[in-house]
Amino acid sequence: MREVTKTFVLTRFDPDQDEAPRTQEYKVPVREDWKVLDAINFIKDEIDPSVSHRWSCRMAVCGSCGMMVNGEPKLTCKTALSDYGDRVEIEPLANFPIVRDLVVELEGFMDKFKSVKPWIVRAKQKAAEEGTYRQSTEELSAFKQFSMCINCMLCYSACPVVANEPEFIGPAAIALGHRYNMDSRDEGASERNQRFREEGTVFSCSYANECSEVCPKDVDPAAAVNQAKFNAVIDWAKGLVMPKGGS
Amino acid sequence: MSAIDLYRHDIIIVGGGGAGLRAAIAAAEADPSQSIALVSKVYPMRSHTVSAEGGAAAVARADDTLEMHGYDTVKGSDFLGDQHVIEYFVEEAPKELTLLEHWGLPFSRNEDGTVATRAFGGMTTKRTWYAADKIGFHMLHTLFQTSLKYDNIVRYDEHFVSKLLIANDGSCRGVAAHDIRTGEMKAIIGKAVMLTTGGGGKIFPFTTNGMIKTGDGMALAYREGVPLKDMEFVQYHPTGLPGTGILITEATRGEGGYLTNKDGERFLVERDYGVGSKAELGPRDMISRAIVQEIEAGRGLSGPYGDYVNLDLRHLGEAKIDERLPFVRLLGRTYVGVDPVKDPLPIRPVVHYMMGGVDTDIDCATQLSGLYAAGETACVSLNGANRLGSNSLTECLVFGARGARHMTQYAKSIGQIDDKALVEQAKAEADRIDQLRGRQKGGEKLSEIRRKLNEAMESGCGVYRQQDTMKACLQDVSQLRGRVADLQLTDPSRVFNTEVIAALELANMVDVAEALAASALSRKESRGAHTCKDYPHRDDQNYLYHTMCTFSPSGPVIGKKDVTLGHWEPEERKY
Repeated sequence: MREVTKTFVLTRFDPDQDEAPRTQEYKVPVREDWKVLDAINFIKDEIDPSVSHRWSCRMAVCGSCGMMVNGEPKLTCKTALSDYGDRVEIEPLANFPIVRDLVVELEGFMDKFKSVKPWIVRAKQKAAEEGTYRQSTEELSAFKQFSMCINCMLCYSACPVVANEPEFIGPAAIALGHRYNMDSRDEGASERNQRFREEGTVFSCSYANECSEVCPKDVDPAAAVNQAKFNAVIDWAKGLVMPKGGS
Repeated sequence: MSAIDLYRHDIIIVGGGGAGLRAAIAAAEADPSQSIALVSKVYPMRSHTVSAEGGAAAVARADDTLEMHGYDTVKGSDFLGDQHVIEYFVEEAPKELTLLEHWGLPFSRNEDGTVATRAFGGMTTKRTWYAADKIGFHMLHTLFQTSLKYDNIVRYDEHFVSKLLIANDGSCRGVAAHDIRTGEMKAIIGKAVMLTTGGGGKIFPFTTNGMIKTGDGMALAYREGVPLKDMEFVQYHPTGLPGTGILITEATRGEGGYLTNKDGERFLVERDYGVGSKAELGPRDMISRAIVQEIEAGRGLSGPYGDYVNLDLRHLGEAKIDERLPFVRLLGRTYVGVDPVKDPLPIRPVVHYMMGGVDTDIDCATQLSGLYAAGETACVSLNGANRLGSNSLTECLVFGARGARHMTQYAKSIGQIDDKALVEQAKAEADRIDQLRGRQKGGEKLSEIRRKLNEAMESGCGVYRQQDTMKACLQDVSQLRGRVADLQLTDPSRVFNTEVIAALELANMVDVAEALAASALSRKESRGAHTCKDYPHRDDQNYLYHTMCTFSPSGPVIGKKDVTLGHWEPEERKY
């Protein structure tokens, strides 16, 4: 298989040693079918074992290996190197604090994510003995797309609102909250809509649509944000008419 | 000695995949007042459960019975599964999948809104519940998201457990956990510990497994004297993409896909490979052997990553592929440049799953008091010598939940824990890792040793095995143990030092590999996934037992454990 040498410019940062992130260059013999992640793994295994990055499944489903590739957020295991020239810059995902090298801090997201109650809320839990719910194909397709989020964080890196307002709850958290609101088995929409009406949530979105453009799983978080926005308003209006929060 | 922080919980779960998350939820529900630590070396949603594609098995249809699911599983196991375990499993399976449905898993549906099921290898009827071809992803995320609602589940994300902590009375009462982000060692102490860390497919070079599957839980238990059971049984999935080993689900065949050779022949139909009329829906061990034989007979195709055969889905049509198998289409296009709507996918058998693991009883309890295990890490003896596709996700649920309920009861019976010995062990661990980190000295390169290990395992413990190559494999692996002790590590940082984690993982891999090779060498018959050319037949007279491999400083010690038979008598396994 054909091989070409490419230069990789990696962000390096060790908070114990460095005051600010720096860069380091590596020359790598790249096979024509390699993904970006293959080159980073080659550097780690064969050139410089001190490079730190996250990865696992290498099949675009675990969501670990998101990084900036030439300035764009990419899932590196899914991104072909043949699409790039002979110099490739790899940085940690934008809009997150850097832990080390290409590893970013996810704790902020984990808190935001939990705040939308991403689970089925029911007044009364159904027992296993009662069997499964029925769900029509239409009911399934109302939320299925939004359930495909792998939490890879590319959308937070691309989002201009996150860049300016780090407390913005962000595309993935909204998409996943909305996913449960749209699930016919769920009864928690009013609680989540209340959350969505708080500051720094759906109404902070500026419709840039960047999130949907970078999503590697076609979740279309921008559509989720728009639908969530609409539903949060309707829910609020219902609350005015029916003080108990509507039916 | 290093200073360490102490954390106390009632029970501790190590591993945040399907089994660990199900266990955490079951424990939280069994006793809302108990505190549950969930410790994982990755964020739980990165766990390798995420990559399962085809589905999860449980009786659902009117034309199906528990008896049939039980028999299929026993026969699939080549009669090495424990029948009381299998009976319990098939009975609990529908309840567990129903709970997942209640928790929001987006199962694919029939027209009437009921959950749809599909055909799978070795299963007599459609009993595999699915969500297009991403069941593992949805199961993992549904479990993880559901776990977030329990405040008594306390997560330790990105913490690597390097040792079990053993009290003076010999029972397991905690774990030494290395915080990957800070490099600090934590002593996490509790009344019981469950291992749910998955298998160790990464000891092989060509595997569907992700980078994180390094057999950690198996090695942790093994080093404390707990036997690993039936380790010789390694499942080769028939259909992996050449080069990367990326999994192409059995659901491709469940939905009607064909396996063809270079002449376009459906060789499973044309020749007798023991699968009978099941053809492409035979069990995985038989189909993997058939593919290897086709290739060895010169009827394979050759590519840049070796010989392969074809998986032909074209006759299913674009609409069905997009509805049922969209991920397969994406994987084909992205990783081998083949659109299965237009061309057959190149595939070859690939290491996928370990039937063996930490020996447990039906309650998931090990021989070490206070230590439990569930999921692929464990060997509860559901799968015997060959697992049926789509039984393992359900196994994670059924036994994760049962083990958690049992350990909750066990924990209540344990009084005050004397921390002293536990803290000393954790401190010693902290010192050990401090000395390892960036130590410079040592002459061995980590990636080189890992490659050597991979080569040894592939040459000795592949689809077909021989006594002499297994012997050589065991010798090579044993020799690598010494070389792992002499690794050169260059990264001195305490923060997110993935080099030191890789070194700890490699030591785990060597332990697991050695146990596997020694177990394989000891079984002089062919059963399920263990096919020994020198002994081509199953030998119930001499080998109808579980292999028990126990650690000793001078090498693995092999013992036996009875198989629990029941009303399904061992018979010739023919389909």
